[in-house]
Amino acid sequence: MKGRTMKLIHTRAHRDTASGRRIAAFAAIATTVALVATGCAAATPGDSGGSDGDGATEALSIAFLPKQLNNPYTDVVLSGGKAGTEEIGGEYSVVGPLEASASSQVSFINTLTQQGTKVIVIAANDPDAVGPALEEARAAGAKIVAFDSDTNPDYRDVFISQVVSKDVALIQVEQIAEQIGGSGEIAILSATANATNQNEWIKFIEEELASNPEYADITLVAKVYGDDDDAKSFQEAQGLLSAYPNLKGIISPTTVGIAATARYLSTTDFKGKVALVGLGLPNEMREFVKDGTVKEFALWDPAQLGYVAAFAGQALVDGTITGAVGDTFMAGELGEKEVGEGGIVIVGPPTRFNADNIDDYDF
Amino acid sequence: MLVVVTATINPLFLTPQGVKDLLLNATIVVILAIGQALVIITRNVDLSVGSILGLVAFGTGTLFAVYPGIPIILVFVIGMAFGAVLGAVNGLLVTIAKVPALVITLGTLYIYRGVNNAWAGGTQYFAGDRPRAFSSLSTDTIFGFPLITLLAIAVVVGVAIVLAYTRAGRDLYAIGSDPAAARLFGIPVTRRVLGAFVASGVLAGLAAVLYASRFNAVGATTGTGLELDVVAAAVVGGVAIFGGSGTVVGAAIGALLLTTITSALTALRVDKFWQQAIVGVLIIAAISVDRLVSLNRARKLRVSEARNV
Repeated sequence: MKGRTMKLIHTRAHRDTASGRRIAAFAAIATTVALVATGCAAATPGDSGGSDGDGATEALSIAFLPKQLNNPYTDVVLSGGKAGTEEIGGEYSVVGPLEASASSQVSFINTLTQQGTKVIVIAANDPDAVGPALEEARAAGAKIVAFDSDTNPDYRDVFISQVVSKDVALIQVEQIAEQIGGSGEIAILSATANATNQNEWIKFIEEELASNPEYADITLVAKVYGDDDDAKSFQEAQGLLSAYPNLKGIISPTTVGIAATARYLSTTDFKGKVALVGLGLPNEMREFVKDGTVKEFALWDPAQLGYVAAFAGQALVDGTITGAVGDTFMAGELGEKEVGEGGIVIVGPPTRFNADNIDDYDF
Repeated sequence: MLVVVTATINPLFLTPQGVKDLLLNATIVVILAIGQALVIITRNVDLSVGSILGLVAFGTGTLFAVYPGIPIILVFVIGMAFGAVLGAVNGLLVTIAKVPALVITLGTLYIYRGVNNAWAGGTQYFAGDRPRAFSSLSTDTIFGFPLITLLAIAVVVGVAIVLAYTRAGRDLYAIGSDPAAARLFGIPVTRRVLGAFVASGVLAGLAAVLYASRFNAVGATTGTGLELDVVAAAVVGGVAIFGGSGTVVGAAIGALLLTTITSALTALRVDKFWQQAIVGVLIIAAISVDRLVSLNRARKLRVSEARNV
């Protein structure tokens, strides 16, 4: 192979001297351009990355990496992220996998690292799978803001939590207890079996059911996982009702799960007899609240999550906060936010949605 | 037997609601499995049905969103026509480019899904966006049978008759048994294979419209992974994966069996992961039986031929 190439070059060398020279010249120009380009690229992080804040002219690049693209809830969160980034004057981008699987986010983090992104805002599909990639990103100078679903705290600077996890769990227990009259069998229909936020809420729900004497007559009989897939959640809901004849209520702390379960219930004899609570989007749940399938559910305004995440990213880059407890920063129109225990920033309390107020919300 | 055992342990399984759910769950897979059987019988396979279903289901959602007053029957026609086009793309690529269907439809699986992702983005259409009359198609019953299940039964009967008693239907078996011989025999192989893919597309389109009627959300990921359930249903139903034998009634029963098993195992509170394993065992068992039967038949043929000499 090598011999043949050599021979080819040898026989052509004579004829192609002129064009060879042209190629060499072109190569030199290309190299120069490349050098200049890399020079620019290399200079950028140095300028704006300095905590002195003298690089304010360079747009701050904030990349959002949600659990999965094309997810309606994510879109609402991202709309807030976009608004926040624009208010800061930063450069907004979104990348992410189409399927919410544990390892799918790693390659996106690597790409962002190579591009020299200043702030990576991530909702982790798995708290540890993204760890090594995030560490590399930090080594390259990026600030990591987790939102929606936390990574292992070792791998990020701050975590923007919409609400206190425990409050989210408690409001759901409270709602189900109200709706089933304080006693009976209930089940949980979650997203994926290893989603950080889901599991934390479920843990608090279980603890509350076990420790609060008010809920002594409520039994949690099953936990099933619909993987945030409409059809799968639908079938899991159906499975729950066929496996547990005495089931009185379902808690679904995921927007996809609660909507799919509501759809199933609304088409069956269980409508109005089996209670359904959880975290839902008002626009998806409106029909089911109006037709009596669902009495009341909870959520927050997801857009605020992305909004605060953008401001937290900026505060980290310009050195206003480091992620230490007690650090404070201004989050635009939402005012001052404080970094709490474990580097967690809380946005606000959950809201209850029912027939009386659901028409006031549009997301 | 499975149904009886399950019903004994969990009486809820056979309540009217339970039976209705059982039939409704099977309906969509049954329709897809019929189309798949037609394709597999010709010694091809259509792996893109899940993506076709996704695209058409999203199209259905879009139609109702853009033209709220559109007649439901027209939506069915458009959905099936859309499915036919997507199926025809598969069929043309397979017959003209002469690349194995496995490769072509694996490609179109991703292409159609990609188009769906690009088209839908984060948009999803919900049951609330569609007319109540359309949603109730999948909940209304006649003598305890859901409407759409009756529709599926009609499709099974219709396709079974075509396959068993028409020239075109018999040709499909001939092509699947030996494509080269079929061609020599003067069977329009290209046209027939193309027809099988178009039929599979039409049925996927029909299934998609029904999907939009039954489930809450249609969006970018609708129908992902469904193709494997469908191929499994056809194989379990006795459709030989290398073509040439099998019936659509078998495929429909295979689909019913697989969905019933899944529902039964859920009702019996068997762990999800074991359920998947059990489905896998069924597929292998079905193929093994198929293989044993064909070996046996080949041996008998040899023996009888030897005697005739």
